[in-house]
Amino acid sequence: MSIILNHVNYIYGKDTPLEIKALDDICLTINDGDFIGLIGHTGSGKSTLVQHLNGLLKANNGEILYNGRDIYDGDYNLVKHRFKVGLVFQYPEHQLFEENVFKDVCFGPLNMGLDKKEAELRAFTALREVQLETEYYYVSPFDLSGGQKRRVAIAGVLAMKPDVLILDEQTAGLDPKGRDEILDLISELHKSGKTIILVSHSMEDVANYVNRIVVMNKGRIMMDDIPSKVFARYRELETMSLAAPQVTYIMQRLYEAGFDVDTSVTTVDEAKRSILSVVRPGEFYGA
Amino acid sequence: MLKDITLGQYYQTRSSLHSLDPRTKLIGVLIYLISLFLFNRIGAYVVALIFLAYVIKTSRVPFSFMIKGMKSIVFLLFITVIFNLFLTAGNVVFVIWKFSITDQGIRVAVFTVIRLTFLIIGASVLTLTTTPNNLTDGMEDLMKPLGVFKVPVHEIAMMMSIALRFIPILMEETDKIMKAQQARGADFEHGGPIKRAKSLVPILVPLFVSAFRRANDLAMAMEARCYRGGEGRTKMKPLKYKKADYIAYIILAVYVAAIIFAGRFAPI
Repeated sequence: MSIILNHVNYIYGKDTPLEIKALDDICLTINDGDFIGLIGHTGSGKSTLVQHLNGLLKANNGEILYNGRDIYDGDYNLVKHRFKVGLVFQYPEHQLFEENVFKDVCFGPLNMGLDKKEAELRAFTALREVQLETEYYYVSPFDLSGGQKRRVAIAGVLAMKPDVLILDEQTAGLDPKGRDEILDLISELHKSGKTIILVSHSMEDVANYVNRIVVMNKGRIMMDDIPSKVFARYRELETMSLAAPQVTYIMQRLYEAGFDVDTSVTTVDEAKRSILSVVRPGEFYGA
Repeated sequence: MLKDITLGQYYQTRSSLHSLDPRTKLIGVLIYLISLFLFNRIGAYVVALIFLAYVIKTSRVPFSFMIKGMKSIVFLLFITVIFNLFLTAGNVVFVIWKFSITDQGIRVAVFTVIRLTFLIIGASVLTLTTTPNNLTDGMEDLMKPLGVFKVPVHEIAMMMSIALRFIPILMEETDKIMKAQQARGADFEHGGPIKRAKSLVPILVPLFVSAFRRANDLAMAMEARCYRGGEGRTKMKPLKYKKADYIAYIILAVYVAAIIFAGRFAPI
């Protein structure tokens, strides 16, 4: 189970004066069970890229293989493909429309052609998975808070039981608590066996969770590696209007100041352990 | 599919036509459109064609871009031609089954096609070379005399500029909503008319919700800046005729003289 992108190019407004090259020769392999953070500055092409993965946009040239099948093949069913590769868009307001939350989550499964009973069962399971309190199941989705709307939107896609789940900027506009809750939830989904692609412009958000980071800039893939290796190139990241997590900078400074700390750590917890291992407790109080 | 609509779109480039005063362009288009319907001689249309070609060339908008917006009206043109061809009285030229085509019918059909095509291209030159804001500014100024009859000129102009401003925004929003629903397996292309109409609900509800929210936000933002209608309101960029505008009026006058001459005295 994998998605392979082979020299994919995409141009917005082709043959008009407003032509913009959004994807420039993208080659990427997404393996089963990956938890990828797709990072890039606004306009770097990350949203365009994920819309190719489920066939909403068609590449001008290049091919995309899902489990070995070319998704642009004439007899390949793209609608069914979208049930396997689920994409949750940035603004939940763009997809909520039913009179209550439960019905809205049923929309996807019903589109799959499942009968009402099965669709409702899936909607229920999905809403449980996103940990929405049961008292909200039958209220209008428009009466929910931002974080709750996000959960319902994610549940709407989860209810189709996709193998790959792509989440576009799910943390934008949420308060820190809401953001952590959503990220924890996504992490749980990954542990339950789904391949996850998390699109974000913030390294800080993804650093604690993902096992692979793909950095995009101006429609190209600039880096594709494990988080610590990507963060080690923080100077390059800065030239793309991105930044490594703050902890990387702290560790770098400490290292330059003569402490033998591990600069490749990516989370605050690891940093704490590394610092404690080089400074003996009490050392600074006594001196 | 929504991206293909170019009718009423602005085309960003530098040309003498782009920098003309919007009032000049509005009056020019109005006179041009009237001139298309006043004459019944081929000669007049040759003059109109030359003038149109000259204007298009000055606008620096690629002709292919202009024509793109025409595709949507080909069907309308076709219907008009059919009706005019078969339903005009005159000397019968030939008969197809029960319908007869007359020489008058052919003439009227040809004129209708020419008129409609020129009319749409002429009007689209205006929108292609004038930003929506400029356009409504010009309209507001030209309609000012109507204020005497208690016509709310400023309000009409403000409504128009807001509407024009929001067309691309709502179009983009529709595109995003469609994609979000397609990602959940919505199908807008297959099925009968009732099924298709039903499939619009998941698009229209979020679209309306967002349009109302935007309207609310905009009203709030306008109030926060003490907007209270047009009375006593000054402009940041007041419209002012420049030398180029006077030249444009002279060219327009020459065109009017030429088409009147051709319309009266052309042999056909």
